[in-house]
Amino acid sequence: MVMRSIFEYANPVRFAAVSTRLSPVFAGAATVCLTTGLYFALFASPADYQQGDTVRIMYVHVPAAWMALLCYTAMAASSLTGFVWKHPLADVAAKATAPIGAVFTLLALITGAIWGKPTWGTWWVWDARLTSVLVLFFLYLGYISVWTAIEEPTRAARVAAIVCLVGFVNVPIIKFSVDWWNSLHQPASIIRADGPSIDSSMLTPLLLMALGYGFVYAWLLLANMENELGERRLARALSQKRPVSKLVEEQSVI
Amino acid sequence: MNAIWAIIGRDVRLGFAGGGGASQTLIFFGLTLVLFALAVGPDQQALASISGPVIWTSVLLAKFLSLDRVFQSDFEDGSLDLIVQRTPTLGVLVIAKATAHWLTTSALLIVFSPIAAILLNLSSDRYIALALSLAVGTPALSLIGTIGAALTFPMRRASALTTILVGPLYAPSLIFGVAATASGQPNDILFSPAILFLGASSLMALVVAPLAGGMALRLNMN
Repeated sequence: MVMRSIFEYANPVRFAAVSTRLSPVFAGAATVCLTTGLYFALFASPADYQQGDTVRIMYVHVPAAWMALLCYTAMAASSLTGFVWKHPLADVAAKATAPIGAVFTLLALITGAIWGKPTWGTWWVWDARLTSVLVLFFLYLGYISVWTAIEEPTRAARVAAIVCLVGFVNVPIIKFSVDWWNSLHQPASIIRADGPSIDSSMLTPLLLMALGYGFVYAWLLLANMENELGERRLARALSQKRPVSKLVEEQSVI
Repeated sequence: MNAIWAIIGRDVRLGFAGGGGASQTLIFFGLTLVLFALAVGPDQQALASISGPVIWTSVLLAKFLSLDRVFQSDFEDGSLDLIVQRTPTLGVLVIAKATAHWLTTSALLIVFSPIAAILLNLSSDRYIALALSLAVGTPALSLIGTIGAALTFPMRRASALTTILVGPLYAPSLIFGVAATASGQPNDILFSPAILFLGASSLMALVVAPLAGGMALRLNMN
């Protein structure tokens, strides 16, 4: 049942129809969540009793780190779908996710450094959590360079899928790095067996921001996928020497 | 089974033959060590404190350099087509290729690691720990590297891409390798936690490499 519904959207025309309808919804939801989230984060939440106002960096840092892992997981899931069931849009989704995930990872690293300077007294330490997230950033870059190195999209998709799935080993290492090693980074404080160890006045803006980041991802993903599909259509038309003006009507080929 | 031994034997013979890659790998390894030592300067104390990390990093670099000959030369002269046709499963071929690669690179570097240790003023009670950490950790490097080589061999500038793809995956082996060289009592080296982690990553690579490498080979041979 699920497989059938996924394959209904393998048709690019149907995908484009859904995508154009969903894009503004995601964009709107992202704007609302980020605006209210930022209001709560910057004005309507208390400063930390130890860190002072520095704690507010958390509201942009933690969701970025979550999204870095989520994007890689989404990339791995769509790579698997593309590799095993040869779903044409899954490869496109994986390719479209990579730059977004890379930017979220970079954002997490940079905001973490900005927070680390006043709190830990250093921009960077080579500890388990930080190092493994940096490795994740390089995995994203490696994945992207596979797509740029291989011209033929179907073969690039398959090679990239193997690269992505092998690199997925790093995701649980990042998640549990703060539990396995004595890290300077603090352990998980939201998803715990005994409930979140963070006060609700801080949890509300954090979750709002996370939701906002998620909608930003969904919005950019659709835009990236449409771009990619359009680019492929253009490449195909150029190789067949057809006038570019006819492309708008022809949406049936990937 | 015969096919595996044949492939390993052939690759090792080719590696050690004149102009084969084995001697180049060794020379490159030595040169990297010299350059590191020159950069640090004549301070024996400073040299001793970084010798373990430098030797491990040089091993990694030597591995990167040698990865392009795993499949590429066979692919270019057409022998890879014949080998793939005659090998029952491609996963087996990946294991054989990785074994041959290990024998022509790591095995050689392990033999010469005491000389590297002397050059870089590694404390003498760490020689065994260094050789042991290399012996347990480097199979993972060859196996993961073979996956990378299988993914990229038809490309023209494959070696740069292979390095980019494989580099991040070498990080755990490097971290635990350096830790194993530095930690553990001399009489208890065999079961220090770092050595166990190194062994775990090698075993994990042994599971993943035939799967991923085999898929990549099948993909690139079509």
